[in-house]
Amino acid sequence: MERRKIRVLMAKVGLDGHDRGAKLVARTLRDAGMEVIYTGIRQTVEQVVKTAVQEDVDVVGLSFLAGDHMVLVPKVIRGLRDSGKGDALVLVGGIILKRQVRDLEAMGVQKVFLPGTPPARIAAYIQESVHRS
Amino acid sequence: MADAGLRAVEEAMAKWEEGTLKRVLDKSPEREKEFFTESGIPVKRLYTPLDLEEVDYNRDLGYPGEFPYTRGVYPTMYRGRLWTMRNYAGFGTAEDTNRRFRYLLEQGMPGLSVAFDLPTQIGYDSDHPMAEGAVGRVGVAVDTLADMEIIFKDIPLDKVSTSMTINAPATILLAMYIAVGEKQGVPRERLMGTTQNDILKEFIARGTYIFPPEPSLKLVLDIVEYCYRHVPRWNTLSITGYHFREAGADAVQETAFTLADAILYIEKALERGIDIDDFAPRLSYSLGCHRDLFEEVAKYRAARRLFARIMKERFHAKNPESYLFRTYSGSCGSTLVTRQPLNNVVRVTIHALMGILGGHQAIHTACWDEGYAIPTEESATLALRTQQILACESGLCNTIDPLAGSYYVEALTNEMERRVAEYLKKIDEMGGMLKAIESGFVYREIQESSIRYQRQIDSGEKVIVGLNRFASPGEEDLEEKDIFEYDPVVEETQRKKLAEVKASRQESEVRRCLEAVGQAVDRNENLMPSIIEAVKAYATLGEICGVMREKWGEFKAPTFI
Repeated sequence: MERRKIRVLMAKVGLDGHDRGAKLVARTLRDAGMEVIYTGIRQTVEQVVKTAVQEDVDVVGLSFLAGDHMVLVPKVIRGLRDSGKGDALVLVGGIILKRQVRDLEAMGVQKVFLPGTPPARIAAYIQESVHRS
Repeated sequence: MADAGLRAVEEAMAKWEEGTLKRVLDKSPEREKEFFTESGIPVKRLYTPLDLEEVDYNRDLGYPGEFPYTRGVYPTMYRGRLWTMRNYAGFGTAEDTNRRFRYLLEQGMPGLSVAFDLPTQIGYDSDHPMAEGAVGRVGVAVDTLADMEIIFKDIPLDKVSTSMTINAPATILLAMYIAVGEKQGVPRERLMGTTQNDILKEFIARGTYIFPPEPSLKLVLDIVEYCYRHVPRWNTLSITGYHFREAGADAVQETAFTLADAILYIEKALERGIDIDDFAPRLSYSLGCHRDLFEEVAKYRAARRLFARIMKERFHAKNPESYLFRTYSGSCGSTLVTRQPLNNVVRVTIHALMGILGGHQAIHTACWDEGYAIPTEESATLALRTQQILACESGLCNTIDPLAGSYYVEALTNEMERRVAEYLKKIDEMGGMLKAIESGFVYREIQESSIRYQRQIDSGEKVIVGLNRFASPGEEDLEEKDIFEYDPVVEETQRKKLAEVKASRQESEVRRCLEAVGQAVDRNENLMPSIIEAVKAYATLGEICGVMREKWGEFKAPTFI
């Protein structure tokens, strides 16, 4: 049987408008053969959760460059769990301090990608993780 | 140069190529087959008078302070007055920002530049659900006039000039600044500063838009029109290319889209019946300082020349001040690297160097820790000292436009101008910049450049020291040191303050003022007078934007990946 394409939701939650990185990663994942939905900027937690459910995604990628991730990430994760989408792989990228990585992982983030990560490394990580599970 | 002279150069060069050069190339090839500028313009091995054959000195370069302004917008440039060193700051509460501003003024910084937090920039009060986690985070939170009064406490507004990075709600923040001035006894005629007020680049690249394009443009023009009548020293609109560059555009696109935006704003102002020479002198411009020093300097020089030509030939401006492409430029944050962060001190020094060699009127230098946090007082001071050292110790400011006459820089300036003009022609053929934005053209162009750039980094073709070359082992695990800590209490404090202001103001007066804003919207009047009244009654930023949101709706930008 042919394997279903990996479905990824790339999202910007909160008010931050910097999405050069999110779009670069989205394009890289699409070029790597995944189905990618990009929300655009300034989404609420509810909007992102709803889209993740509707699109039945395997991966939710969240990009933060304005420092509000420690407030918003737990809300997205709770929202996903509450709406039965707790199985989605949650990945976070952007301007994240190294010491926050462990806290984010404890909240349920699978992997944090720090500034300077080549987008191809994110694609490889997703392919490996989704196919393993 | 006379033809005979050029032919002699041509002959001598051919001889050099066949002889001296060839002998070396045969033995050891160059590092690369081809060389390019940061934006992909081919760079030759050597530039000579042959590359400037078409240049007519008086026509194309001329003299500082005279058309076409290639060599600078003022006759004496830095020999007369240094540029304004203006570092971007603002964080936490109004009290925090006031303290940082007074510190920077004491350190000799003549101009302030206010960073507002995202809720303020997008027209939400600190108690709005969308503001959660963002209050006072990337800039200072302003909900009411009370906050602005504190930000500028003990800072005389007739002595400093203030640049405000504010766009969609710029009318409201300017109204507050005018009101603070009034309370200090400074009449609006004497206020100096800049509102960024450039909504087009928000739609394209920066993202803090609120309303759809047409009403957004109306607000921009309301400031232009109001200030030309009442706040004559205010720079009403800073047309900004910086954010295109940060979103991934190359230097040519950055310049072309900036000029295309300028053309659109100017056309809109003319539609209002304002004479071009009444408002164009108050427009200013902003471009980034990226990585390639020569390309950036060529970019600034080409932009000045092309803009002057557009103002003269396309818009028939008569007042020479309308021709001036006055610029505020600064470090492109995207060129900073979080690995080995102290290297950023060097990068920022180069940014300042290109800014100075490029002849800007104001320069911003980023702080080395800006890649991952709000700068500390120490890193902010170092960024300012960098400019002061270049200004006072390097001899850079003794003569005007010192790179002029470099065969390379002049050839690159010409090439930049040619490429930018080509883009402008394409945009004109599409029916102007608004069409080019709405059709997705501008978004796609930037996105493609951004992807090309990333691929060059990934392949190692573009070197980033400390990241894809000269990385130190084990460094990825090092934690950031000495960073500015955001205090989450700020959000609570700000909400409490807002509640107090709301409790102590006269509610009926606020309602009356908000209705007046709504009526002015309905009648399509200039909104500035009614907004000034509203802020003086302590109506909140969110309330005033709320009136407009109700009337105009909100905009969602298209996305292209």
